[in-house]
Amino acid sequence: MKEELIIAGFGGQGVLSMGKILAYSGVMQGFEVSWMPSYGPEMRGGTANVTVIISDGPVSSPIVHQYDTAIILNQQSLNKFEERVKPGGRLIYDPNGIIHPPHRSDIDIYAIDATAEAAREGNLRVFNTMILGGYLKVRPVVTIENAMRGLEKSLPERLHHTLPANEQALKKGMELIRKEN
Amino acid sequence: MAQFEVEIKPENLVYGKSPVLTDAPMHFCPGCSHGTIHKIIAEAIDELGLQERAIGLSPVGCSVLAYNYIDIDWVQAAHGRAAAAASAMKRLNPDRLVFTYQGDGDLAAIGTGETIHACNRGENITIIYVNNAIYGMTGGQMAPTTLVGMKTMTTPDGRDPKLHGYPFVVSDMLAHLPGVCYVTRQSVHTAANVRRAKKAIRKAFENSMEGKGLSFVEMVATCNSGWKMSPTAANQWMEENMFPVYPLGDIKG
Amino acid sequence: MKEIKLLKGNEAVAMAAIRCGCDGYFGYPITPQSEILETLMSQKPWETTGMVVLQAESETAAINMVYGGAATGKRVMTSSSSPGISLMSEGLSYLAGAELPCVVVNVSRGGPGLGTIQPAQSDYFQAVKAGGHGDFHMIVLAPASVQEMYDFTQLAFDLTFKYLNPVMVLADGVIGQMMEKVELSEGKPRVDDESIQRECGSWAATGRVGGRPRNIVTSVELDPDIQEAFNHILAAKYARIEQDEVRYETFECEDADFVLVAYGSSARICRRVMEMAREEGFKVGLFRPITLYPFPGDVIARLAERVKGFLAVEMSMGQLVEDVRLWAGRNVPAEHYGRCGGAIHSPDEVYNALKSKLIDKIK
Repeated sequence: MKEELIIAGFGGQGVLSMGKILAYSGVMQGFEVSWMPSYGPEMRGGTANVTVIISDGPVSSPIVHQYDTAIILNQQSLNKFEERVKPGGRLIYDPNGIIHPPHRSDIDIYAIDATAEAAREGNLRVFNTMILGGYLKVRPVVTIENAMRGLEKSLPERLHHTLPANEQALKKGMELIRKEN
Repeated sequence: MAQFEVEIKPENLVYGKSPVLTDAPMHFCPGCSHGTIHKIIAEAIDELGLQERAIGLSPVGCSVLAYNYIDIDWVQAAHGRAAAAASAMKRLNPDRLVFTYQGDGDLAAIGTGETIHACNRGENITIIYVNNAIYGMTGGQMAPTTLVGMKTMTTPDGRDPKLHGYPFVVSDMLAHLPGVCYVTRQSVHTAANVRRAKKAIRKAFENSMEGKGLSFVEMVATCNSGWKMSPTAANQWMEENMFPVYPLGDIKG
Repeated sequence: MKEIKLLKGNEAVAMAAIRCGCDGYFGYPITPQSEILETLMSQKPWETTGMVVLQAESETAAINMVYGGAATGKRVMTSSSSPGISLMSEGLSYLAGAELPCVVVNVSRGGPGLGTIQPAQSDYFQAVKAGGHGDFHMIVLAPASVQEMYDFTQLAFDLTFKYLNPVMVLADGVIGQMMEKVELSEGKPRVDDESIQRECGSWAATGRVGGRPRNIVTSVELDPDIQEAFNHILAAKYARIEQDEVRYETFECEDADFVLVAYGSSARICRRVMEMAREEGFKVGLFRPITLYPFPGDVIARLAERVKGFLAVEMSMGQLVEDVRLWAGRNVPAEHYGRCGGAIHSPDEVYNALKSKLIDKIK
């Protein structure tokens, strides 16, 4: 098993933490993982992305040019990374703020209205956990139990009281995700 | 002619060389203040019983070889960086006496940043700052502390403030920093001044051992070679010209 | 107890420092390595092991704090990134000249000048050939994983005390910023003052404990004959290091026609390239120097007797490649490929370069 994935969006959307939760979940499942962020001024409000690789063998290059999965949270990232999904791979995006939706027919395209749903529930903070849930629904690289353990490892202890809300969001995301093509 | 029989016995001794001074002949020019300052540092270390716990830092400049003369452990620091090195030494060895010995070129030009920040952190070290208003070792060039109008190898017509700025008065500036517990300005050109200067060094060392913060002892000094004067003329020139700009006495603490 | 954590390379350096008994860290923030100082400050090791952590006012001050701490026989370190390492050059020369132990981590970025904060491997010359003025070498270790960031920090302390010579861990923004699984070793206590007296008492400025003869830590020697003799002493030390401390890894070089030569993050990227090439039937191996000084040149010389070509892959305009050429000799081509200025080559780009520069030309 090897999954090479990029999560990309605005800085502040929790792109890097979502990647960290996923990487830690991979560790909990006994996989080798790598997490390689974009860093620098990009972190301060611009676009941010993180490459996560989860593998049952050692990870050779933490840098890849093409991805099995792209999780896209803004238009700029969609423009940049849609072409870099491997044929037969998948692209998951949140339609919030997307004017030009993805167009490729040789990959699976999924939409997940996580921003809208999180806003409706009045807890925008869990929107990225919903996305993660949606991803795990269509690409179950780790079990929900290990995803929760990954979440617990990633969150600082002062935020552990949010774990139940995050578990709810994970499950909500699994319901929300829908295939578009 | 009268003959005097002199018997050297401990009870007859009124003065002796400090046991914290080595027997190495000093390389300093005759009349230079460094030798006297070295001597009183050695005496202060001896009187405080700190010979086995003292670590000195020598600078780049005439006093780079201070370690040849004072019989303690020494570290020779890069030009201007003694205060940074001393900060780490003291933090890693809090029960040791850590002091730097630096000239005005070393401390007030290239090492200004390290000096101010060590002072501002309130490191429990002593800085002994020898200010003779000139670069001695490199052959008498202008220092930050060179007086207005004073001739040096790089100010052949005298220091012009329009060109070179003004004499840098370090001690008064450092006294404003809360991390600094003691600032004093001394000299060693008379016996009375030597006694006062030694007292100041003792007080500074005691402060360092008691963890009171940074102690800063400025020594206004002569460089008769660099100034191109006889030792006595240099002493007189210092009184008349240096002391108005760098007045002696305690500034803080 | 052994512990598995997901850590950034920078965090791994900080955790290793605490757990290997480091006495003091002195550093100044600079991207992409600030997490080392940040992690140490959040871990507060002064409350557990007694380790001193101090944010200096500049890299210049930091390396001189390291110099002061090392002069007292303590296990001290600093870290920085390229422009900051340039500021430390003078201090590194002093440390080598005074034969003091210290560990310096360079999480390098693109240059010259202020350059970029993105990863690069363009400090090879600086680390390996010219860490500062005067005749000296640093031992240079090049980690290629977060685990190695952890392991090499400890190894660097062992080596620096073995040879009383500065050791640099040369990483880059990729290794510093990425997270991987790390197995943390059990913590070792700091060396106590009595042991320092026993092990470093012949040179360290600790105060003349018990009235022992005084120690003077210095790099000044105004007599050319004595200084020359000292340079020969250093040269003999470097000869021992070159004899005993060469470290490297080879991957599938046994039957290789072409060998990729890369260190650090480029070595990771090249492992993928090697897999891609093998899948297409090309016999490609990878040679990864772990010590950049001492350089494992003998291995390249031996490989040069039977391979058809080398490709040095580094995020620079070509520095490592000069050493590869030196050891490969005239009969075997040693080409270079690398993105630079903060750009990171992808495995595809390296593979294309391997094909166009070597495979398609020679076959």
